Amino acid sequence: MLYREVGQFKTSYGADQAIFPIAQDRWFVFALIAFAFLAVPLFAGQYLYTEVLIPVLILSIAAIGLNILTGYCGQLSLGSGGFMAVGAYAAYNLALRLPQTNIILVFLFAGFMAMLVGILFGLPSLRIKGFYLAVATLAAQFFLEWAFARVKWFTNYAPSGSVAVGRIELFGITIDTPAKIYIFVLAMTVVLALGAKNLVRGRMGRMWMAMRDMDIAAEIIGIRPLHAKLSAFAVSSFYIGVAGALWGFLRLGSWEPLAFDVNRSFQVLFMIIIGGLGSILGSFLGASFIVLLPIFLNQLPTWLGIAMSTATISHIEFMLFGAIIVLFLIAEPHGLARLWAIAKEKLRLWPFPY
Amino acid sequence: MLGPVLETLIGGLMTGVLYSLVALGFVLIFKASGVFNFAQGAMVLFAALSFARLSEAMPLVLAFALSVLIMIALAYAIEFLVLRRLVNQEGIILFMATLGIAYFLEGFGQSIWGSDIYKIGLGLPTNPIFILESVFPGGLLIDPAELIAAIICAVMVLVLAVFFQVTRIGRALRAVADDHQAAQSVGIPLNHIWLMVWAVSGLVALVAGMMWGAKLGVQFSLSLIALKALPVLILGGFTSIPGAIVGGLIIGAGEKLAEVLLAPVLIRTFDLAGGGIENWFAYVLALVFLLVRPQGLFGERIIERV
Repeated sequence: MLYREVGQFKTSYGADQAIFPIAQDRWFVFALIAFAFLAVPLFAGQYLYTEVLIPVLILSIAAIGLNILTGYCGQLSLGSGGFMAVGAYAAYNLALRLPQTNIILVFLFAGFMAMLVGILFGLPSLRIKGFYLAVATLAAQFFLEWAFARVKWFTNYAPSGSVAVGRIELFGITIDTPAKIYIFVLAMTVVLALGAKNLVRGRMGRMWMAMRDMDIAAEIIGIRPLHAKLSAFAVSSFYIGVAGALWGFLRLGSWEPLAFDVNRSFQVLFMIIIGGLGSILGSFLGASFIVLLPIFLNQLPTWLGIAMSTATISHIEFMLFGAIIVLFLIAEPHGLARLWAIAKEKLRLWPFPY
Repeated sequence: MLGPVLETLIGGLMTGVLYSLVALGFVLIFKASGVFNFAQGAMVLFAALSFARLSEAMPLVLAFALSVLIMIALAYAIEFLVLRRLVNQEGIILFMATLGIAYFLEGFGQSIWGSDIYKIGLGLPTNPIFILESVFPGGLLIDPAELIAAIICAVMVLVLAVFFQVTRIGRALRAVADDHQAAQSVGIPLNHIWLMVWAVSGLVALVAGMMWGAKLGVQFSLSLIALKALPVLILGGFTSIPGAIVGGLIIGAGEKLAEVLLAPVLIRTFDLAGGGIENWFAYVLALVFLLVRPQGLFGERIIERV
């Protein structure tokens, strides 16, 4: 009854092509953004910021990036961790060597460097497909991980191999408390997510989806595979690179290449599969799920009042994590975004389902 | 100069055989069910852990037999609980499910068998053998344990080849690999075939786990050798058993030679903090091969139609 588009007439082409054509959706999104900016800082504590909100937001950006490549363009990639590392180290080096650079520019530079590397490692996709490509992207992952561990210039000849960032400042305001970091990350996320949403609705997104559904057919109707696949790699790596820089600068503060190992790639892949392939909303839902699940599993023994050694807990965490992933895939292979769509469909007819 | 290089080459080939052994498990499952089984590494770990802990309490033969039973039970559980419920899903969903299985097995194996480093004593000879002493000064060093592993691997490949070519089940497996629906329509029960294939690759994982375990000790990192088997797979082709063997040999030899010959050059040129290019060299090597032959060396030719 509440969620119904009846009576919302579209009188212009602009209205017809709006990003959220249904008024309820539009208001919901506005309300959500306003809530996140204004209401959350009123009650959120240190733990909620650093362990939940900031990781979820940053990893959502990475998930959006991978979703563009895998969900929209159909190119399975296991190299996200490596591209995040490119972003993080590019940002570190720019901030180190040109300390006066605006922090936003630093993050954009991180994105652009990741983009270049992404295009380079995307080139094989023109010839290799499916799981062969997935394994080929692992080459990017391992090569990049190795490069940042071994090439001393990247880490500014730090003897331990780990790098740390200094003070982060934006227009004279130091971004140091969790609350400020949260607002900054949130603003970045909103801008990038809206950008991605618009990109996939437009010409480019159509091109990618045609490529995903059947590349030969897409080629025949005049979509250049080189253009489509490499642009997907470029945009995707840009997002993942920015996410990597944010992760390094605002979540970790100091890091080693190990922070961006192959498990990170799998983590981001889990997010888009659980969240829903080919859905921007799904990227957020998946990121929340994958960040919250281990926290929940970690707390579970305490709540149940069972005393266990940390090793046992971590093994059981592994087991439960694997089992929940499998259960989830069996129950809803199309991810949380599909559940959301089904709920909306039901809501439209409620309370008269026929 | 030639002597040490040859020695490295032989060592690399022996390691390559062990990679092939892991890759073989992947190929069997991919061929028969189209599932890209990422859990193969976890299965190797699980099998090796079971065998190592059981062999502490009983004779080797008994432990081996029990481990075989465990791997068959595991195959049954995976088929019954997971695969059967994911029939007709896309490849990527099945791949993610095997990732989930991998996490589960890693946690499960270590909770029931413990997470220390265990030794597998197969009673293999450990004294190095020297060959060709007349050709090279000092001869070439060969580790007999690796030699035995290579022989076992060769025997396994032969047995599998005969199994696939001659037996009734083998023929059914090949039929399923060719075309699921056609196989089903002539009365081949898919579920049985999948169970069989997972059990066989469980056995392959057990043998691989025993060999790797004897070489490195049984520990968590054993599940990571799956990552080493992946370039072998794409190099040889996902669907080819000979591909897994040849790919393993090329990768094994290639990465050892690269570490010896290429790494010092790279370190000198780019002022690196140490070599360790083994980790990515295999992948890049496989990638270069793929650019020439996108289906791998022996993979089925990909024919695409609209």
